[in-house]
Amino acid sequence: MTGAIALPLHMQRDRYDPPSRMAELRERPGLEPVTTPLGLRAWLATRYEDVREILGDAQRFSSAGLPGLPGADPDERAGNLLALDPPDHTRLRRLLTGEFTVRRIRRLQPRIEQIVTEHLDAMEQAGPPADLVERFALPIPSLVICELLGVPYADRGDFHRRAAIQLDLTRPLSERGAVAAESRAYMGTLVDRATADPGDDMLGMLVREHGADLGRAELIGVASLLLIAGHETTANMLALGTLALLENPGQAAAVREDPAVTAPAVEELMRFLSVVHSGMPRQVTRDTEVAGTTLRAGEFVVVSLPAADRDRALVEDPDRLDVGRAASPHVAFGHGVHHCLGAPLARMEMAIAFPALLRRFPALAVAGEPEFRSAAVVYGLRHLPVSW
Amino acid sequence: MRIRADRDVCIGAGNCVLAAENVFDQDDDAIVVVLQETPDGADAEAARNAVGSCPSGALSIEET
Ligand code: HEM
Ligand code: SF4
Repeated sequence: MTGAIALPLHMQRDRYDPPSRMAELRERPGLEPVTTPLGLRAWLATRYEDVREILGDAQRFSSAGLPGLPGADPDERAGNLLALDPPDHTRLRRLLTGEFTVRRIRRLQPRIEQIVTEHLDAMEQAGPPADLVERFALPIPSLVICELLGVPYADRGDFHRRAAIQLDLTRPLSERGAVAAESRAYMGTLVDRATADPGDDMLGMLVREHGADLGRAELIGVASLLLIAGHETTANMLALGTLALLENPGQAAAVREDPAVTAPAVEELMRFLSVVHSGMPRQVTRDTEVAGTTLRAGEFVVVSLPAADRDRALVEDPDRLDVGRAASPHVAFGHGVHHCLGAPLARMEMAIAFPALLRRFPALAVAGEPEFRSAAVVYGLRHLPVSW
Repeated sequence: MRIRADRDVCIGAGNCVLAAENVFDQDDDAIVVVLQETPDGADAEAARNAVGSCPSGALSIEET
């Protein structure tokens, strides 16, 4: 497969919104046949209820069915939680969850506040205009995950580039496979360093406490996933979320002025933007039925998280951003056993960063065309020019 | 109402703690701990939201 690909329906967006066709599909019975960017034929689920049913049942819907990228090393899957099913998934995930409890993450709060303040200071000193992605949205979650994991922040130029290529569906498969192998080799050097001399960070902890249960390949896989999932997703939420707030000045004012709005506002931005299009395609393990559509063992199912989060079954007036509404049980962090491991961390980063940015620069405004990126696993902005 | 939590099903996502801090906590392995089995008032309301936002289906409510 070469060159441009036609963007599949579940990756199309119109600025913040899923394409209008999603709303039509939600009203129609059954699931819709589609073709994924890798040429996989699959069924598309768009309703909140159907998406929760599929993601909530790892027995019927496996995450391990997707073929690997060509050229990637044979250990590519080791340690990749996203591509494992229970009981392997359960075993690995339980080694990690203790690091991501709400209480553990709260301990990081002062450090995250400091990181946010430093980036705001630097922006202020350099003066307007600025690219908010480059100065704020990307470096903050990157630095946080680097410190948490034990990855040298000085290496960010390389891993930002590799992450962007790995998640970019317009790149040839061979290039993405080769870059994935490069990422694993890089992480291998960090794992070896941590094995020789385990530090206080998460890599050190994994080696010290679970070195006996986790092989080298698994350690590399886990750490690579945390690095990529830990910065790309939150970065795009921060950039796109800021744009959405700036285009709705009343809502930006609420977030700036009322600390009680922060937590529900983060959930509402998560729901409204649902930056992860779909997560892993799921493979049907045995003949079954969803919403009246018969699914055969071996077939694939893709869920649209943004479509599910714009379903009237979830909230009233779903196409309106309303940071004042009560937090909804959205699926922007997924659902079921693969529900985002980093959710407490991502929530805290956003809850600190959005209000701090709006308070520091009350006159923050969009100062040029934001560049949207759609053909990637995570939707968001490549650039967001701002001034203040 | 009575809250039931299946600790074998819980995946430690912590949604319940964020939704209803007075009703749920997590142990060191992130697995849910029920602090109040029969919450009432605002805690009961929060507990219902928590059950709705639990991604793993570990939580349920028994109406008494
Ligand atoms: C706003 C930011 C974020 C969003 C929107 C997000 C979204 C998601 C979604 C939708 C899934 C489920 C994928 C599926 O079911 O196939 C997921 C899984 C995951 N996320 Fe996040 N995520 C975010 C931040 C983070 C952060 C900060 C970290 C790490 C520190 C992280 C680590 C993970 C991991 C390890 C998984 C795999 C869990 C498993 O398979 O058991 N995420 N995320
Ligand atoms: S929300 Fe559900 S899965 Fe998450 S910690 Fe609470 S009980 Fe466990």
